[in-house]
Amino acid sequence: MSGKPRLTYLNGRGRMESIRWLLAAAGVEFEEVYLETKEQYDKLIKDGFLLFQQVPLVEIDGMKMVQTKAIMSYIAGKYNLYGKDLKERALIDMYVEGISDLMQMILMFPFSPPDAKEKNIESIKERATNRYFPVFEKVLKQHGQDFLVGNKFSWADVQLIEAILAVEEKVPAVLSGFPQLQVFKTKMSNMPTIKKFLQPGSPRKPPPDAHYVETVLKVFKK
Amino acid sequence: MSTKPKLYYFDGRGKMESIRWLLAAAGVEFEEEFLETRDQYEKLLQGGSLMFQQVPMVEIDGMRMVQTRAILSYIAAKYNLYGKDLTERALIDMYVGGTDDLMGFILMFPFLSAEDKEKQRALIVQKATSRYFPVYEKVLKDHGHDFLVGNNFSWADVHLLEAILTVEEKKSDVLSGFPQLQAFKARISSIPAIKKFLEPGSQRKPVPDDKFVETVRRVLHMYYDVKAN
Repeated sequence: MSGKPRLTYLNGRGRMESIRWLLAAAGVEFEEVYLETKEQYDKLIKDGFLLFQQVPLVEIDGMKMVQTKAIMSYIAGKYNLYGKDLKERALIDMYVEGISDLMQMILMFPFSPPDAKEKNIESIKERATNRYFPVFEKVLKQHGQDFLVGNKFSWADVQLIEAILAVEEKVPAVLSGFPQLQVFKTKMSNMPTIKKFLQPGSPRKPPPDAHYVETVLKVFKK
Repeated sequence: MSTKPKLYYFDGRGKMESIRWLLAAAGVEFEEEFLETRDQYEKLLQGGSLMFQQVPMVEIDGMRMVQTRAILSYIAAKYNLYGKDLTERALIDMYVGGTDDLMGFILMFPFLSAEDKEKQRALIVQKATSRYFPVYEKVLKDHGHDFLVGNNFSWADVHLLEAILTVEEKKSDVLSGFPQLQAFKARISSIPAIKKFLEPGSQRKPVPDDKFVETVRRVLHMYYDVKAN
């Protein structure tokens, strides 16, 4: 196996995007294999690559890792983005899990029926502004540091910047009541590895479109 | 804050049950405060105890922890149930991810309509026997050890036993094609801390009933219809 991690997923965001973000933020180059047909997917299963018959799959350090959280915890642990001790890890985990609940709403959005889309955007906006963003606004305000946990760049910061940008794509003015998060967004976006990831030509994937939805339904058709 | 962890949740399984299992398996005594009224919940909210306005919440080591997975990871690491290195932790995380997905099908079960319950029961059994149990059966067969990871008792073993027993409640002979899992179930059930947890009078909660559903709906104002996965 080559030195670089290899990601297998569809050519789009989905559950793999947070993994791309984290690897990129850690400055780790990776390869990607894109699932385009059901046959490719069935073959992966038949060849025993997918522990629970699901993607994301990340081949890394001799392992065929599945389960998004497991993969990200491993990357965070390996590249020192998981805090310095158990308590910092607990904080990072809490923040990441919370943000992940918000991201889940965005993940499901492309697959909702057209007449539900407006309502779903409202829900995303409501949750972001009433439940999630206030927490991180307060955390940053209280300690006055650049990063969420332990005054050091961590997985939690990467997950938050990803979420902010993803929500902004749906609700452009969502940060208007959150001055700390606005500063945080600028700071994180200017970190060299993240800045590079935000430039055209990076492995970052565009917002899911109809073609992406079509591919998902086709590849995973029962 | 007392030295024992304190769990805030409904008097029932839900998302807190895996946490009860893990603490019990680690031999850790804990206290519980049961949410019965909307007022109690609003008081917790107003007091700022619930980071994302949700339970489970566990007071432990000076923290008010929320988010089930964060809480479980912390307990696993603190009580040496998380493997010896990053690679073992990765395996444990993968295995727990699988059993978590399986138990996810069961979590919503009590909230479903009678008709949806039948369909969901069939789905649970199908997923258990075709996607999840075969994986753990093979892991145990391939290495021949007593425990899933690193020949040492870990969070993965506790979570798998919980999943097995929970699925068995939906179909009692679901392990019939899985001899390794049958032996695993017997072995892990007889570990003293777990044996104790499985006895009447422990803090293990019973299969959720209508009263539990009613309490959750009342406390959380969760009156919408829950659809099957």
